[in-house]
Amino acid sequence: MTNRKSFAAIAAVLFALALLPFGVSGYVLGLLTLGFYTAVFAMSWDLLFGFAGEVNFGPSFLIGIGAYTAALLNHYEHWPIWACVVTGGAASIVAGLVLAVPALRLSGPYFGLVTLVAVLMLQNIIVLFAGITGGEIGLDLPDVLSIDDSNNYWIALTFMGISGAILFGLSRSAVGLILQASGQDAMQAAALGFNVTKHKLAAFCISALFSGLSGAMLIFYEGTVSVGTVVDIAVGVQVIIAAVLGGRRTILGAALGAIFLIGAGELLRPLGEASTFVVSAIALVTILFVPGGFLGALLHGEKR
Amino acid sequence: MTNLLEVSNLTKRFGGLVAVKDMHLSIAGGEILGLIGPNGSGKSTVMKLIMGIERPNAGSVKIDGEEVAGLPSHQIARKGVGIVFQHSRPLHRQTVLENIKLALLPDSLLQLFAAAHIEERAHEIARRVHLHHVINRLPGTLPFADLRRLELARAIARNPKVVLVDEPFAGLTAPEVADFSNLIASFRKDGHAVLLVDHNVRGVANLSDRVLAMYLGEFITEGSADHVMRNETVRRVYLGGALQHHDRATPVNTADELLRVENLSVFYGKAQALDDVSLTVAKGEFVSVVGLNGAGKTTLFNAISALVPSTGVVAFDGGGLDGRSAGQIARAGIVQCPESRELFGDMSVRENLDLGGHHLPDEEAKKQLDWLLDLFPILKSRAGQAARTLSGGEQQMLTIARALMMKPRLLILDEPTLGLAPVILEQLSKALEVLRQTTDITVLLGEQNVTFALPHADRVYVLEHGRFIWEGPPERFATEAGAQFL
Repeated sequence: MTNRKSFAAIAAVLFALALLPFGVSGYVLGLLTLGFYTAVFAMSWDLLFGFAGEVNFGPSFLIGIGAYTAALLNHYEHWPIWACVVTGGAASIVAGLVLAVPALRLSGPYFGLVTLVAVLMLQNIIVLFAGITGGEIGLDLPDVLSIDDSNNYWIALTFMGISGAILFGLSRSAVGLILQASGQDAMQAAALGFNVTKHKLAAFCISALFSGLSGAMLIFYEGTVSVGTVVDIAVGVQVIIAAVLGGRRTILGAALGAIFLIGAGELLRPLGEASTFVVSAIALVTILFVPGGFLGALLHGEKR
Repeated sequence: MTNLLEVSNLTKRFGGLVAVKDMHLSIAGGEILGLIGPNGSGKSTVMKLIMGIERPNAGSVKIDGEEVAGLPSHQIARKGVGIVFQHSRPLHRQTVLENIKLALLPDSLLQLFAAAHIEERAHEIARRVHLHHVINRLPGTLPFADLRRLELARAIARNPKVVLVDEPFAGLTAPEVADFSNLIASFRKDGHAVLLVDHNVRGVANLSDRVLAMYLGEFITEGSADHVMRNETVRRVYLGGALQHHDRATPVNTADELLRVENLSVFYGKAQALDDVSLTVAKGEFVSVVGLNGAGKTTLFNAISALVPSTGVVAFDGGGLDGRSAGQIARAGIVQCPESRELFGDMSVRENLDLGGHHLPDEEAKKQLDWLLDLFPILKSRAGQAARTLSGGEQQMLTIARALMMKPRLLILDEPTLGLAPVILEQLSKALEVLRQTTDITVLLGEQNVTFALPHADRVYVLEHGRFIWEGPPERFATEAGAQFL
């Protein structure tokens, strides 16, 4: 597939999505809105895993920091939404740095374990300071993005479009190339004169920024923040499955996987508890037999 | 002439092991130095220390007069050192051109697009290493030699003052070797300082201005290829002082075949590691396969044990092993002692041995254990000690003893002498001779140390570049095949 062709295809899909509010119900729009925010989580995660080669088992740590920072500022200080979202993104970067600077010195699976522990700690802190954070029940927000389904949908679509363009562009840039080299073979990348730690840290910051922004946007869409929606391990697991399902190292595949997961979860809801099982089974089969994911299989016909 | 690379008093310790000791070497611009040493001699470590992949414990590394010892790898690279790794690992989703461009990019987070001159320079480099006709292909579609060219292209992309090349000709065919020699010679013409790291003098003799030999982490001698080959220590390390062999008290019946290998070939991706190899081992026979590191010994053993996929026939005790798993083959009686020993480091010597005899009835296991502790008395005194605290030689004995606990019908020993001091070799040698003279066990031994391999051999095979180039009794080895080993 040539670059121009795929660009035209993506533009067509986005245009079609933008027209959707004129044809479908508010229920479907709500579902897709959630899917778009999850898509940004998954794309951010893929930048780190697919390109920098670091497995972040705790994407919901970064998402949660962004979401709760924004929520607290809005709830207690009544900052305007845009200021809360921007500060949330910035807080994610800071928290990400605090986590990654020591963690990236570790090798092997330890980076992943550190990120996993970070999620559990964040969850504990939120529950511990329930008086301020609302604990497990959560916190209501005075402001919401919009009360209109279509507007919420367009905001989310635009946000996903811009985030996706930036993340995808970055992955295809010179910096993305260096990042990929660092992820695949750090020793060789260093021998070519690249400061591997610096590049991985930058990738972590960018991943944190978009996770945090998206987390903050999500809670202003929902009008409430709770551990279950933005911090819980299950949220992170869903992001990881979405990215792997959609196609590692493709960025756009991650978005595809996220929307698929949210959609499938809803479609299968009549199955009750079994729906989670079916979605997990699909994910498992994909990972086992099509390790390149949806998009990987489509673009590269790749088999490992 | 000023030296572009100047290494002095370089020392590296890994725990208690001194991998490099007080090493010194220097290379001027426009000069090629061949650094040779057998497996485990520390030559690769020297290269890694220069590149900054490992940090030296002491000593100095100067690039064009500037001290770089202890700096991280990427800074040393920017001071003007390039390395050609033995195994190339290019980015597989990027074309050859993009892979070369990568090496030319600045180490910057802000420069999102490659500058225009980078494209041009990448094409120039591709032409130089003869990759221009495949420049838009993905690395996965290229033959092995082209992947090595790509590796070379990336190493020279930044026009480094010093170029380090690890085993320049491993896995290449004769015409490819000639082509690569010309390329490397062209670095010399351009005034680069080049360090070639290889196992033996022969590999680098034609290309090098000087050759430096090291062994067990230390400098042995330096000079012309001829000078190094004449050196006493070098001869002893590679050939042994005097090659000797012992006759058996009772000769084995070579017609009684235990293992037969026919037309065995193994590929690792595109590189052929084993090329149509055939061998036989009779019941009770000691057969040695000698060859330099990378010749394919371990691959041969792994193919016999079904640890790597292969084509060809492996028959054991009359029956084919085709389709059997590694576990089934081990239970059939082929027990391999790998190069890496694979002991359970945190378990005691006794526990390691007990694990080996796990499947035997208690009575028999005890008998076998007593016999082994007699054979390796040092293990008796170390019985309660954790395996990882043993010295290298003791660990090797424990590995062999544990394998013997399994009462193997065929014992495969893969480079038991790797990294061992000469005095340990002697103890190991004695134990092997006892096995040979007093038991009916069958042994297949892989070695690059000919002195160790020959005395216990009934027959010898010489393996080179994945093929047997000589086969015969040990007493004919020195005259017919000995010259291959310098």
